[in-house]
Amino acid sequence: MAEVTLTIDGLQVTVAKGTTVLEAARQAGVFIPTFCHDPELTRFGACRMCIVEIPGMRNLPASCVTEAAEGMVVYTESEAVIEARKTILELMLANHPMDCLTCGKNGECSLQDYAYLYGVKTESFGGEKHAYPLENDNPFIVRDMNKCILCGKCVRACAEIQGKNIVDFAYRGFDAKITPAMDVPLSASECVFCGNCVAVCPVGALQEKGLRSAARTWEVKKVKTTCPYCGTGCSFELNVKDNKVVGVTSCDGDVNGRALCVKGRFGYGFIHHPDRLTNPLIKKNGKFVESSWEEAIGLVAAKLSAIKANYGPDSLAVLSSARCTNEENYLMQKFTRAVLGTNSIDHCARL
Amino acid sequence: MTNSIKEIAGADFILAIGTNTTESHPIISLQVKKAKRNGATLVVADPRRTEIAELSDIHMQLKSGSDIALLNAMANVIIAEEIWNKEFVSTRTEDFEALKATVAKYTPEYAEGLTGIPADVIREVARGYAKANNATILYTMGITQHICGTHNVFAVANLAMLCGQIGKPSSGVNPLRGQNNVQGACDMGALPNVYTGYQAVTVEDNRGKFAKAWNVGELPAKPGLTVGEMMEAAAEGKVKGMYIMGENPVLSDPDAHHVVHSLEKLDFLVVQDIFLTETAALADVVLPAASFAEKDGTFSNTERRVQRVRKAIDPVGNARADWQIICDVATAMGYTMSYASASEIFDEIASLTPSYAGISYERLEQGGIQWPCPNSGHAGTMYLHKDKFVRGLGKFNPVEYIPPAEQPDNEFPFVLSTGRRHFHYHTGTMTQRTGTLEVHYGTEFLEINPADAAAINVTEGEMIKVKSRRGEVAVQARLTDIVPQGMVFTSFHFPEVAINKLTNSARDPVAKIPELKVCAVKIEKAS
Ligand code: SF4
Ligand code: SF4
Ligand code: SF4
Ligand code: FES
Repeated sequence: MAEVTLTIDGLQVTVAKGTTVLEAARQAGVFIPTFCHDPELTRFGACRMCIVEIPGMRNLPASCVTEAAEGMVVYTESEAVIEARKTILELMLANHPMDCLTCGKNGECSLQDYAYLYGVKTESFGGEKHAYPLENDNPFIVRDMNKCILCGKCVRACAEIQGKNIVDFAYRGFDAKITPAMDVPLSASECVFCGNCVAVCPVGALQEKGLRSAARTWEVKKVKTTCPYCGTGCSFELNVKDNKVVGVTSCDGDVNGRALCVKGRFGYGFIHHPDRLTNPLIKKNGKFVESSWEEAIGLVAAKLSAIKANYGPDSLAVLSSARCTNEENYLMQKFTRAVLGTNSIDHCARL
Repeated sequence: MTNSIKEIAGADFILAIGTNTTESHPIISLQVKKAKRNGATLVVADPRRTEIAELSDIHMQLKSGSDIALLNAMANVIIAEEIWNKEFVSTRTEDFEALKATVAKYTPEYAEGLTGIPADVIREVARGYAKANNATILYTMGITQHICGTHNVFAVANLAMLCGQIGKPSSGVNPLRGQNNVQGACDMGALPNVYTGYQAVTVEDNRGKFAKAWNVGELPAKPGLTVGEMMEAAAEGKVKGMYIMGENPVLSDPDAHHVVHSLEKLDFLVVQDIFLTETAALADVVLPAASFAEKDGTFSNTERRVQRVRKAIDPVGNARADWQIICDVATAMGYTMSYASASEIFDEIASLTPSYAGISYERLEQGGIQWPCPNSGHAGTMYLHKDKFVRGLGKFNPVEYIPPAEQPDNEFPFVLSTGRRHFHYHTGTMTQRTGTLEVHYGTEFLEINPADAAAINVTEGEMIKVKSRRGEVAVQARLTDIVPQGMVFTSFHFPEVAINKLTNSARDPVAKIPELKVCAVKIEKAS
């Protein structure tokens, strides 16, 4: 494969031809801020946050759409670059609601991070602000278009990851916004609430309803695990606060990348549902009575042993579970064969 | 699956049979959409005009239960037009003549009568499949013969072998598993005839190996009962005690009345689950299990990828992980079963299961591994049957079309089919209790074609009664041409629409899979 060598902030970097300056910088460990770029989505080049200085080029090119060339010299933090980035941030903040104190994305927001990094405060522009109503009418996603920075990632995620094309840019200039066709809420569109747009939104414009109202971003412990629903085996992170699962976020899964479906992303509520069984139950006179583990296990062991002794092992049968782990299925068949002494074990496989 | 999920995107011809992938496997459907964007041809065979059928280039709206006639007719065309992969067939397979003889009578014209698909469409699809560089077949329920393994759906496998569309990237035979760990439950030997890794209980060496590892004198040699046979035997009083872990057969299995009757006849029933399911309600003892978030373990997905489940929180209340409960019961019965962790159990599995031998929790920290993975230096297997089949040569197993056991008639004029909805899962035990999914999709409907509805004077949203020879349920009507005339459809996710009161438990003689896809019903106004 053809390669090119360029210099980024004094570092010599060799990359495959066709690599963007941004990717080359990342490979070399040089940080460049971005809003609209996402390695999984098509190049967009709209926010201009990733601009760099390349002597010989007019203006400051956006590094996410500029291909690295042989002998190219790149400055990622020159004075002009920093000035331009500050201006971009000031313009964004000028019509941003600035309710970070109560925003669910506080602490996981690129706008906050970069404003902090470049010391941009809000006074500079006191521009006109949007007053879009909060879209809060579905159980999964909250949309606050006042916070949208028009990076277009959700549009591309919906089209390119989800293959749905639910949301798109509409209107022009100051009125430009992201919306489903005919400017209806998601609930009135064909949206399947996969939340894959939420997963890529760099700010608080798209938020997971349950998660963001249950915990602040820094309060959660994230535990990577495998989805308990269909056989695809998507990976995600359980967000845990005070020993409770408060939400699900994407991580980089072997099978699914960051994509999830509505069940995986928003279907975790059963874990703490009040109907969960919390103690063994023994039926006495037709009614369930809570019992200790000792009593319940003792009773199960005695009953199964008695049936085996009186009627033989094949009078017992076991259903294992397509929803339990491999380890549990293994132990269940071991138990059935080695302890009960029968091969009558199956599970309700409806594929 | 013979292939990996991501390989679907690389196929240039996809035949999706009876899988509404966008609803039942949304993330897998993303790969189908990707393939389409890359220019692949998508053919969908499904009686309903599902979302994925809408995306397809060709939708074959076949009659319920006529898949084998269709597949045999495709083979017929491919043989008649001499477009089969002669090199593959001669070097990699055997019994081609048997296939040829069987499919001879399945001319496209003959199949048209059975499937309702025009002969020319069958020809076109057959040619497209045979001539594609990388053709893959996706399917779920409906035409299954064996529950597990990779040689399960013979008609599909015959076609794939005939065209050499197997054993290479993006080409294969790919059952999409409905439940998260069906693959794993099968791999682990939660089946009446095999130990882990499909090692047969009837083979003496296998019994000896497991008896030694498990420290018992002898293990039973006779294959056990399948779930359907268990219910029969319980009804007859031959099975007297049952232990059910994490399943809800009262809702998921056909002919619910019969299942309830069978379970009630038992002397003793213990059910272990996270909720008091309809099945648990019938138990003598209910043991509270931990959910997936409360325990360590592994699941094996539909592409044979073993992945970690990690404990994120402590079990709620006094619930315990299923594996710990099993150990407790075994120990109380006098067989000491004790493990310090799930990882230790996994190591025992690996030591007894050649296809899992190279996998360990330590390795899984770096990501999932697809079996077969015979040793710790092996990276796992992306797609199966690369240079040879497990048994050496691939064997053609010709199969004949058999009409569904229950056909519509004057009294029960509609075909009822059941399936899944995007927002729900299985018997709804979990998805009805999320605070989100059931809020968004809270009522179940029966899909009925507007022409049929008009004929019996049923309107949108009206409560109707659906009756079969076995039972009846009340449900709201949804008028939609997603279903063809003569067919009605609903899901089995909603306990209040316990559709399996109606379905037929007539079972396939080989795989013992019930005929959930087809039963005859009539529809009456509720009032
Ligand atoms: S939730 Fe999914 S379908 Fe809906 S807009 Fe977002 S990406 Fe598109
Ligand atoms: S909603 Fe979020 S992802 Fe979409 S354009 Fe606005 S800021 Fe970007
Ligand atoms: S997130 Fe959706 S597609 Fe992925 S495993 Fe879970 S249920 Fe299946
Ligand atoms: S990140 Fe490069 S233009 Fe937005």
